Amino acid sequence: MKYKEDFPMLRTGIIYFDNGATTFKPKCVIDAMDKYYSEYSANAHRGDYDISLKVDMAYEGVRDKIKDFINARYREEIIFTKGTTESINMIVECFFANILEPGDEVLITNSEHASNILPWYKLSKNSGIKVNMIPLDETLHLTLNNIKKQITDKTKVISIAEITNVVGDIRDIKAITEYAHARGIFVLIDGAQSVPHKKTDVQDTDIDFLAFSAHKMCGPTGVGVLYGKKELLEEFDPLYTGGGMNESFDSVDEVYYKDLPLRLEAGTQNIAGVIAYGSAIDYLNMIGMNNICSIEQQLCKYLIEKLEKIKHIDIINTEPDSGIVSFNVDGIFAQDVAVYLNKYNICVRAGNHCAKVLKNTIGVKNTVRVSLYFYNTKDEIDKLVELLSDKDKIMKEMI
Amino acid sequence: MDPELRREIILDNYNSPVNKGQGTSEYIKVNTNNSSCIDNIDLWILIDNNIIKDIKFDGEACAISTASTSIMTKELIGKSIDDALTFVESFECMIDEKEYDSEILNEANVFDEIYKQANRKTCATLPYKGIVKAIEEYRSRKE
Repeated sequence: MKYKEDFPMLRTGIIYFDNGATTFKPKCVIDAMDKYYSEYSANAHRGDYDISLKVDMAYEGVRDKIKDFINARYREEIIFTKGTTESINMIVECFFANILEPGDEVLITNSEHASNILPWYKLSKNSGIKVNMIPLDETLHLTLNNIKKQITDKTKVISIAEITNVVGDIRDIKAITEYAHARGIFVLIDGAQSVPHKKTDVQDTDIDFLAFSAHKMCGPTGVGVLYGKKELLEEFDPLYTGGGMNESFDSVDEVYYKDLPLRLEAGTQNIAGVIAYGSAIDYLNMIGMNNICSIEQQLCKYLIEKLEKIKHIDIINTEPDSGIVSFNVDGIFAQDVAVYLNKYNICVRAGNHCAKVLKNTIGVKNTVRVSLYFYNTKDEIDKLVELLSDKDKIMKEMI
Repeated sequence: MDPELRREIILDNYNSPVNKGQGTSEYIKVNTNNSSCIDNIDLWILIDNNIIKDIKFDGEACAISTASTSIMTKELIGKSIDDALTFVESFECMIDEKEYDSEILNEANVFDEIYKQANRKTCATLPYKGIVKAIEEYRSRKE
């Protein structure tokens, strides 16, 4: 397959179906990181010497790439973080904690990742806001109608994933945002599972905030992005203060912070990671996000058609819009299925996939999850399906 | 141990675990789970006069965890808490590839090769962590 040459991990013989957790890195990303450490390893925004200037240009160049990648209006709207979790926590702590009042309501859903639930729960505990769940329909999808029913005049925020990590449904963010904005409601999007898999256009959807991670889109671990509309980011009270984010300070009353985006990036950032992330963006652009989306949809359809023919397999989400399929083998614990597949070098995830509250909705606590990426192949799916089709073999070999 | 026999005993205990169920309020209840996997078992232990009178368990767990719990209940019911703790120590030594007394472990010897699968060691020892917690609880209640 054509992508195999680009990814060292794809040449190890491993079949990797846990792309919702993290993705493999192409050689160009690994090389970019290596190059920074071997050829121009200096800090950013500091030195008056050549290699530091080179770091500045490379680091800030990635900000421009991300801006274009999600079609943000200004480069100052791109803040580098450690990942989606940190991005969401910052949005909640630096912005919403300051503007929400006791009794204000935040709407989320049962299929959100823990990182889009717990920051809200924490805020709720500390400041008396209410976190309410928007019910999902029978196919576990989120409908605008159900959102409308949950909105009250106290609703101030809708905070949801564009694609959920267990069910794999794609939400109509544009329509939801239009409806929300007409009522003065902010929209925060957890893009961890969507930005890597489909075209993102924050101006078209008009969302207020977006959080996503580099490592789920061929980039390195420890890098993520917080996108926010400029006028909202201006209101952020920095979570971290220190080097790199201040203009000057003489006394407690005379502290001046830098302008966006550096104001929200205190301390030495993950420079190597950000630079390598730029290579990941180049790589994804080369393949094309629409192309990636359609490859995954085809693979997913193929997988579901095959799994549906196996009578001892119960698919939790038979109609995913993306490359995420959750299922169980009748009578066998999800983890045992994962251990069995591991014996054949196939990586799948067993568990609740950090969406712990989902069990209340689908009545199943743990599932086996296959999450695809564009570099997966039909041959790999065939191998998986063949191994899953023989229940006696699973029972025999799972221990 | 013969690998086929070992597998058969584990699967037997997984498919038809003994002492599955929930205890009453006289029992000490402990939850066992570990951060590295998704097993989640509740244990109910009835201790009277330093003797383990009964153990029940319930929850969602993998084959190794479930079988290990089932076997543990069979082995420990009727034992004094001191003998139970000796049993636990021996079992944990076996899992950690240290010297242990295989004589006393009886059916629990089926896990003597689990060290080969590092990710399942915690599954096998999960119920034993629970029983130790329960015994500690029993002792602190007595004091």
